[in-house]
Amino acid sequence: MTAQPLIRADRVSMQFTVGSSITRARRRVLTAVDQVSLDIHRGETFGLVGESGCGKTTLGRLLVRLYRPTSGTILYDGQDITSLTPQQMMPLRRKMQMIFQDPYASLDPRMTVSTIIAEPLRRTDMDRARVDARVRELLTLVGLDENHARRYPHEFSGGQRQRIGIARALAAGPEFIVCDEPISALDVSIQAQVVNMLEELQQRLGFTYLFVSHDLSMVRHISHRVGVMYLGHMVEMAPVDELFTHMAHPYTQALMSAVPIADPDASAASQRIILQGDVPNPMAPPSGCPFRTRCPVVMPVCADQKPALLDIGGGHWVACHRVGT
Amino acid sequence: MQAQPDAAAYEFIPEAERKAAEQLSRPSLSYWQDAWRRLKKDKLAMLGLAFVALMGLMAIFGPLFSPYAYDYSDFSAISQGPSAKHWFGTDALGRDLFVRILYGARISLAIGLVSALVNMIIGVVYGGVAGFVGGRTDNIMMRIVDILIALPSLLYIVILMMFMGSNIRSILIALCISSWVGTARITRSQVVSLKQQEYVLSARLAGASNWEILIRHLLPNSMGPVIVSVTFLIPSAIFSEAFLSFLGIGIQKPMASWGSLANDAIETLRSAPYQMFFPVAAISLTMFSLNFIGDGLRDALDPRLRK
Repeated sequence: MTAQPLIRADRVSMQFTVGSSITRARRRVLTAVDQVSLDIHRGETFGLVGESGCGKTTLGRLLVRLYRPTSGTILYDGQDITSLTPQQMMPLRRKMQMIFQDPYASLDPRMTVSTIIAEPLRRTDMDRARVDARVRELLTLVGLDENHARRYPHEFSGGQRQRIGIARALAAGPEFIVCDEPISALDVSIQAQVVNMLEELQQRLGFTYLFVSHDLSMVRHISHRVGVMYLGHMVEMAPVDELFTHMAHPYTQALMSAVPIADPDASAASQRIILQGDVPNPMAPPSGCPFRTRCPVVMPVCADQKPALLDIGGGHWVACHRVGT
Repeated sequence: MQAQPDAAAYEFIPEAERKAAEQLSRPSLSYWQDAWRRLKKDKLAMLGLAFVALMGLMAIFGPLFSPYAYDYSDFSAISQGPSAKHWFGTDALGRDLFVRILYGARISLAIGLVSALVNMIIGVVYGGVAGFVGGRTDNIMMRIVDILIALPSLLYIVILMMFMGSNIRSILIALCISSWVGTARITRSQVVSLKQQEYVLSARLAGASNWEILIRHLLPNSMGPVIVSVTFLIPSAIFSEAFLSFLGIGIQKPMASWGSLANDAIETLRSAPYQMFFPVAAISLTMFSLNFIGDGLRDALDPRLRK
């Protein structure tokens, strides 16, 4: 893939200040995303996995510029969007959208479905009749009834609400959609429906997705390439089949071994890697490699040097001292 | 052998019938329609609402139909008990108490409503901005609120009344200076928790400005608790006015408010206790009614009770 990526993040970091804002003494800095670089190509689904609090959601929000990164640059279609003001972002806003995790929190309870879906269209010069037509078209597209437009979110089930959220994301005709754990709040049967719908929409309309999830089998199903995050760092990144067959980073291996296998014989044969201890406090991350405190194959060098994310061939990138050298 | 479904036992529902069934479902209600539906089931709140509405209508139109003016003294009928001619009797100067109480209701209710309205506007804007901007601005704004709460309000209300004179305007100003702080606190806490919601992020993605997010999403969603607190502000403002007038620094004669009527009745309490009874009854019943409405609204607007 030599074409220009749709999204390019170059050593992007995001730090949050925690604590009182009057007494500066107890202020602490939390690095949610630490020097992450990645490319996402047009029409691709990039899966992002990792445990809770590893910075997946923050990275997703950075890429659509809901947050302004502390350092690093973000290019959208070749254009630097790192420090654009909200006014300057306006023409780009309709090209990037987001599908949220919690279908109960992502729809304003006081608005009707049609107002919610039409929200991204408020800034356009479409007249009322065209907006209404567009809302009906979108409702049909996501498998809801046109008559639902006048209803309120509390009248819908979780899966239906997520479809409304998707319709809203599609309203302005986006190119890039961040799916922030879009299925983790849904029943398993509904999860499949929603994921299949996302795939179908991608084929028909050519979207580019960043699919954030901690459901590894779903990520494997939907993604073309997958990135694994740990404590704000991208520790491994590879095409999906390569990652699931030749995982190189010890954290990825532990993560994969935790996926339940439906076949009891195969399950008994596979070995579960159980990590010791907890994720370190992100306000006081360990020196060197972020994973060294829990790594089963830790070496002395891991405490001194932070491993760089290196290409080990075939677009497979790993950040580990055990690999590649 | 496999069980075959008996085709005759099943039938497809015709499209028209299915559509009709869809129509039968509960009508789609907005938040406020739903709240009103629940409020209607609360008997005490509806009783309170009816009483306050009746009191309001009587206050506006009652004096127009009465043969007596509120400041007309009939010296041949001093301190007469309730009768067919003077329903609530007359006061020590021969004025008709019924008309004076209705006239007092005008002032008391107006003070209650206006101060509640002003409080709501100041409180919602102040609290909304503090909560939404956050950080140091929020800190400073809320510390100012803390200071206002810490000052004993009666003290500076009395001082203000001394300086500005005893009239309705100065009572309103005095009441409005401090009582918005409660509303501001409630609005702020609502906005602080709501601005983390994902629909706010989504509005931002849609290109909404801060102001639009505050007006379109945050304030409408924090209105429930705010309206409840304002409903409780009305009786407290009415009561403050009654209290000030009772002390003699509020409404001045010949104008009447419920508090000043009660004050007038002290001198004749032994000989004509009804002069005290009627204004006090008006105050208490209105307090009860407004508090019942507030309770009812609190229950009706609480989304956790949504059925």
